[in-house]
Amino acid sequence: MKTIIAFILTIITLTGFSTPDANEILRKVDKNLSSDNRVMESSITIQGKRGARTITSKTYAMGDKKSFTEYLSPAREQGTKMLKLENQLWIYSPSTDRIIQISGHLLRQSVMGSDLSYEDMMDDRKLTDIYDAKVLSEEELDGRKTYLIELTAKVTDVAYHSQKMWVDAERFVPLKQEMYAKSGQLLKRLEMKDVIQVKGRWFPTTMIYKDMLKDGDGTEFKISKIEFNVEIPEYIFSKAALKK
Amino acid sequence: MKIAFKLAFRNLIGAGLRTWLNVIVLSFSFVVIIWMKGILVGWDHQAKNDMEQWEIGKGQFWHNQYDPYDGFTITDSHAPIPSEFKPEIEKGEMVPMLFAQGTIYPQGRMQPAMIKGIPASQTLLKIPTHKLDSVTDAIPAIIGEVMARSSHLEKGSRIVLRWRDSKGTFDATEIEIVDIFSTTVPTIDVAQVWINLETMQEKLLLPEQATLFSFANPEENRSEVGDFRLKTKKDLTAEIDAMIETKNKGQSVFYIILLLLAMLAIFDTQILSIFRRQKEIGTYVALGYTRQQVVTLFTVEGAMHAVLAAALAAVYGVPFFIWQARVGFTVPMDTSEFGMAIAPTMYPIYSMGLILSTTIIVLLTTSVVSYWPARRIAKMNPTEALRGKIQ
Repeated sequence: MKTIIAFILTIITLTGFSTPDANEILRKVDKNLSSDNRVMESSITIQGKRGARTITSKTYAMGDKKSFTEYLSPAREQGTKMLKLENQLWIYSPSTDRIIQISGHLLRQSVMGSDLSYEDMMDDRKLTDIYDAKVLSEEELDGRKTYLIELTAKVTDVAYHSQKMWVDAERFVPLKQEMYAKSGQLLKRLEMKDVIQVKGRWFPTTMIYKDMLKDGDGTEFKISKIEFNVEIPEYIFSKAALKK
Repeated sequence: MKIAFKLAFRNLIGAGLRTWLNVIVLSFSFVVIIWMKGILVGWDHQAKNDMEQWEIGKGQFWHNQYDPYDGFTITDSHAPIPSEFKPEIEKGEMVPMLFAQGTIYPQGRMQPAMIKGIPASQTLLKIPTHKLDSVTDAIPAIIGEVMARSSHLEKGSRIVLRWRDSKGTFDATEIEIVDIFSTTVPTIDVAQVWINLETMQEKLLLPEQATLFSFANPEENRSEVGDFRLKTKKDLTAEIDAMIETKNKGQSVFYIILLLLAMLAIFDTQILSIFRRQKEIGTYVALGYTRQQVVTLFTVEGAMHAVLAAALAAVYGVPFFIWQARVGFTVPMDTSEFGMAIAPTMYPIYSMGLILSTTIIVLLTTSVVSYWPARRIAKMNPTEALRGKIQ
């Protein structure tokens, strides 16, 4: 009898050790995804009713408060710039040569017809700062072992009340994410692929963003080049830089 | 003077077709000016009346931060309902409303919409809010016709409504369109979804809070209350006044052209009369008329065109005005997205002041135009005039 109890206890203990604590997983995810600053070149492919169109851009980001994006192509969007400072967002359009602040209902509109709204781009605090995490299960996703984590907001001023996240058990990068409204309605789904290692951190270079309330095949966000912790001049994050 | 009128009238009638052509043109100006001004007055009346009945009541209280033209202000434009308002709200003489921005997803499209919470039990405004009491497993909502058309929604449609609560957290749920109302006031229709106030307060985590209030009683001695500032009916309808003022100025050009045409005809007639009736003028002077009396006679004769025109205008204008006031004038275009309360059919309103002022303006203008050529008479040599020599 003693042997059986000892065996069960050993199994429980071993199981406990094999699945790390959810908050620890989240901390490791944050370590991979957050950085003091980063510069990246990316493309957004929007699947529309009349086919797909691709927009390329270059983004400079400092922490989670400041970011500056310049659209490089196609010709129609070239020169459009977007500046985010704290919770304010400005857009410069070269065709009108004007800077407009995106607010109110404009924030709810989609960015260039994609499944991302401007307000989706506004909240990028560290996950550990805003969510309590719980491991629900271990699942296999695209041939990789993942931890399915449930995130529940621990602060009130968070965009999504709860999320489900499938985190790669080896690299600690989310491979799939589902964002839910307070009512439990699934709002957005994010799939991440093509994970690469940059300066010791794992980072997904392809993200497919899908607004679950909207028709369509979603928006693909592909990073072609990314650099972490590089020197970014401070003037980049100013309204004056929008018109340059 | 009495003789001058008698003579002028006889001369005028004696001129036959020439007089009647002038009178017809002038009477046409009369009718058109009165009708167009009547339409403007009717529009002003209808727009203000509709705004009062559908949106503003006899006035509103706005949250200090609320500015309908500034999207930045909507999120923070709410405060607890002041205790001073509660007795009026309970009596149904004041309607609290709470606004928030949201997104609807009709047929899988993403569309921004303003969500407005209003008590289902209110009867102050004509919005059919009693329908918000419908029993359904989704949130009952009502929308205006323009919104229904632009979003391809109909009664019974179910769509997902997404919003952020006061803390910024997304929430989404299904709403069911339980009624579609038809109104001429676009500010309560275009891109708006109306739901029950209590549901809205609960979903937004803003219990007992409101953005603005419409009230029924203008007599109360009102001023700013807490976070809410007073907006009188005059303030709220100032845009309509400005619009009417602009339209009025624009239409004046049209009146001037019309009057100009009529006046040109009268002016020509006067010139012709003086030219052809030189012997007559000489005779008047020979009979003892002063030159000034002859000028007066010709001026009265010209001005009498306006009197005859007024009489003729009354003959066919009055039935036309009555008919128009009954059936109205339907604007030959879609007015629903003009951003102002414009009914598709406008009913003209004619006041005594409008008719009198138009008559006086036409009479004065005609007198001036008649006097202008008649001044030449004063310079005429009576002997030569009597001989009929052209001067």
